[in-house]
Amino acid sequence: MTATRSRQTLPASERGDSDGLAGTACVASVDERDLLRRLRSGDEAAFTVLVERHHPAMVRLALGYVRSRAVAEEVAQDAWLGLLRGLDGFEGRASLRTWLFQIVVNRAISAGRREHRYLPVDDQHLENDDGAFSQDGWWTTPPAHWADLAVDRIAARDVAGRIRDLISRLPAGQRQVVTLRDVEGLPSGEVCLILGITEANQRVLLHRARSRIRSHLEREVMT
Amino acid sequence: MRRRRAPSGHDMTCRQAVALVTDYLDGALTGEHAALFRAHLAECPHCTEHLAQIRVTVAATGQVGIDDLDPLARADLIDLYRRWRAGT
Repeated sequence: MTATRSRQTLPASERGDSDGLAGTACVASVDERDLLRRLRSGDEAAFTVLVERHHPAMVRLALGYVRSRAVAEEVAQDAWLGLLRGLDGFEGRASLRTWLFQIVVNRAISAGRREHRYLPVDDQHLENDDGAFSQDGWWTTPPAHWADLAVDRIAARDVAGRIRDLISRLPAGQRQVVTLRDVEGLPSGEVCLILGITEANQRVLLHRARSRIRSHLEREVMT
Repeated sequence: MRRRRAPSGHDMTCRQAVALVTDYLDGALTGEHAALFRAHLAECPHCTEHLAQIRVTVAATGQVGIDDLDPLARADLIDLYRRWRAGT
């Protein structure tokens, strides 16, 4: 590993080398390496491609940490500047997306503190929406069967808009994980790298968020 | 020891099965847990329905992300890029 000047000026989590990352799932793809090369040579079109691809997701990710959409936009914009400034030091050992999203998380945490809204919620104490079970662990009220009906009904109503509202009201940890996993569709390993959490912790948060959204959908579909 | 017996649906409760749904969908259930989970689902229409609902939930949540880049934000960012390039 060659330490360069710019690498040393970046915080560890923004260096994009993600030491300890097993496997190759999150390393920069061929397409990303090409974009990276073009970015370094000052190709504006490469920057535009990345902005089109990632900016909306970056704003949504920032909304996992800050309340105001305007602040989230600023965070994402600031992260782009962080990317440009860190280009020379980026070694491509993590994917460009992972690195970019890690920058967003760092900036969003700082912005959240400034916004006095970064109140870590202890997710452990929230009630679970899994369902109603007897002491023995069997369903007391079996779930209504609606999965087959849901697709049509969900498409017919503005369910996505209401899920978005619901996500914005979830505890921060759940909001961050479900946004990256289910809204953006990122794989589990990459989400752990971006958020700096363990796989087990991630699944607990994801499970709670999905359970919450499932109950909400049930009300939407059954009424 | 009940090692040699194939798992039956009653070796895992509904509460346990529902709690493991996310691990199952992530492929994080291994060995005995995975076998018990599958055996439970094979015999339990309610937990099977619950799993189907979670799949629908994940798909519906995926619809939230479909929004285009705001043209103003895009223009701002390109401006930011040009200023950055001019400054280096």
